[in-house]
Amino acid sequence: MAVLVVAEHDNQEIKGATLNTVTAAAALGAGDVEILVAGENCQAAADGAAAISGISKVRMVDNAVYANALAEPFAALVVSLAGDYSHIVLSHTTHGKNIAPRVAALLDIVQVSDIMEVKSPDTFVRPIYAGNALATVQASEEKLVITVRGTAFDKAELGGNAPVETADASDDPGLSSFVGQELTRSERPELTSARIVVSGGRGMQSGDNFHLVETVADKIGAGVGASRAAVDAGYVPNDYQVGQTGKIVAPELYMAIGISGAIQHLAGMKDSKVIVAINKDEEAPIFSVADYGLVGDLFEEMPALAAELDKQGIKPR
Amino acid sequence: MKILVAVKQVIDYNVKVRVKGDNTGVELANVKMSMNPFDEIAVEEAVRLLEAGTASEVIAISLGEAKCTETIRTALAMGADRGIHVKTDEELQPLAVAKLMKAVCEKESPDMVIVGKQAIDDDCSQTGQMLAALMGWAQGTFASKVDVADGKAEVTREVDGGLETVSLSMPIVVTTDLRLNEPRYASLPNIMKAKKKQIDEYSPEDLGVDATPRLKTLRVDEPPPRQGGGKVADVAELVDKLKNEAGVI
Repeated sequence: MAVLVVAEHDNQEIKGATLNTVTAAAALGAGDVEILVAGENCQAAADGAAAISGISKVRMVDNAVYANALAEPFAALVVSLAGDYSHIVLSHTTHGKNIAPRVAALLDIVQVSDIMEVKSPDTFVRPIYAGNALATVQASEEKLVITVRGTAFDKAELGGNAPVETADASDDPGLSSFVGQELTRSERPELTSARIVVSGGRGMQSGDNFHLVETVADKIGAGVGASRAAVDAGYVPNDYQVGQTGKIVAPELYMAIGISGAIQHLAGMKDSKVIVAINKDEEAPIFSVADYGLVGDLFEEMPALAAELDKQGIKPR
Repeated sequence: MKILVAVKQVIDYNVKVRVKGDNTGVELANVKMSMNPFDEIAVEEAVRLLEAGTASEVIAISLGEAKCTETIRTALAMGADRGIHVKTDEELQPLAVAKLMKAVCEKESPDMVIVGKQAIDDDCSQTGQMLAALMGWAQGTFASKVDVADGKAEVTREVDGGLETVSLSMPIVVTTDLRLNEPRYASLPNIMKAKKKQIDEYSPEDLGVDATPRLKTLRVDEPPPRQGGGKVADVAELVDKLKNEAGVI
């Protein structure tokens, strides 16, 4: 049987996390990988999905009711299509986490959340206790809903050319409506897909001081994040938060500035390839995971770092 | 309006979790247990709605072993009116919990169920959404604000790109995110009062639910350790290492 990936998109473009999810779906080895693109005026997104390597078919549902991916009608749609598939696979993002359990419960099947590794079509490795332990779990049945930890799988390549088929909308349960959204606008790369992330913690002392982080970030083309302490103190908005209760990131380079390294923060970034820490407290736990630790006052070190990047001619890639 | 709020007992969030030597799970013996932090937020929200006169009754439910009553008592001390304990020694997985809670909802007919967005032990983030699906209700997940008026709830949700607001027809399931509120500490007089509040007990059989686990844990491992602890003397060495040794800038 085939596998269905539920794409996350903004009607124009497929979100990066979906590319990682396609790789996980292919790793199941359970059959062809098809992808659902449901939205309003979502032809461009469907064409984008068709270009993902390894996709055998795009199922597009273009209807106003799916414009904002409300869980109630969206899950009903996925359930209406589910008969054709052994696995229904979503990203473990707020989009996927909202919809996947609703689909699983309506189908009375098990969901395996946040998988990091596929051992076989029914056996997976997933983090528990904020990644402080890894559980290998096996389902007792063949049809499953899965959500995927994006940072644990490579992004699928582009270059495919799958056919796009139109599927019918299902009945809207009529329980919910969209009121509005307030998205954080940023010129910088989005945290979960950025190649480099520079995060500030409570050591920044104020939101104004975050310009020190931003200046360095912009010199190397980085996304800007924060610890929960900095978010709770009101220095930066909530969606900057890196950690178990925020975003899980695994960039090539992660720089923790004025971050002590609480367990919940480490759970969100410890899979980064290279970790840099700048902190004046030599004993801070962040140094135990850092490849390059610099003990010093961030208010002196960050301007010096910005100057040094210029001096050595470092530019964003 | 009647509110049902679910509370789970988990290893306290300040405790460093250790994997058992035989890789069958994590060490639970002699470890401090507490209410799941997201469930504390759920109880706080329910009690605030009670105090505001929006809600008329708050029922705290927990499912699992006998010691779950400790967590129910904590919710009662925070201000919930009475408790329900679905007692079983069997491992309960999210879909089973959702089915058991559905059976309780059918008995109690709440207008709103509030649960944490995830439990910090299994990190599944499933139960609330599953309950909403089984009841045929709307769901307001990862809520940072909940306003109830005229049979509808306006829920502001924390989504990856920022915030999103949805309007939902009651009854609903709300799952709580961190910024919904700051939970109170129970006062000593309220802890004493909570001891006298009623807790009804059911078994999964009483509720007519098959709660058998459908996902088997084969083994639990420590994550691979990270080799950290490297130091640099100054920013010049840092930039040099990042450029020439790690090759990431």
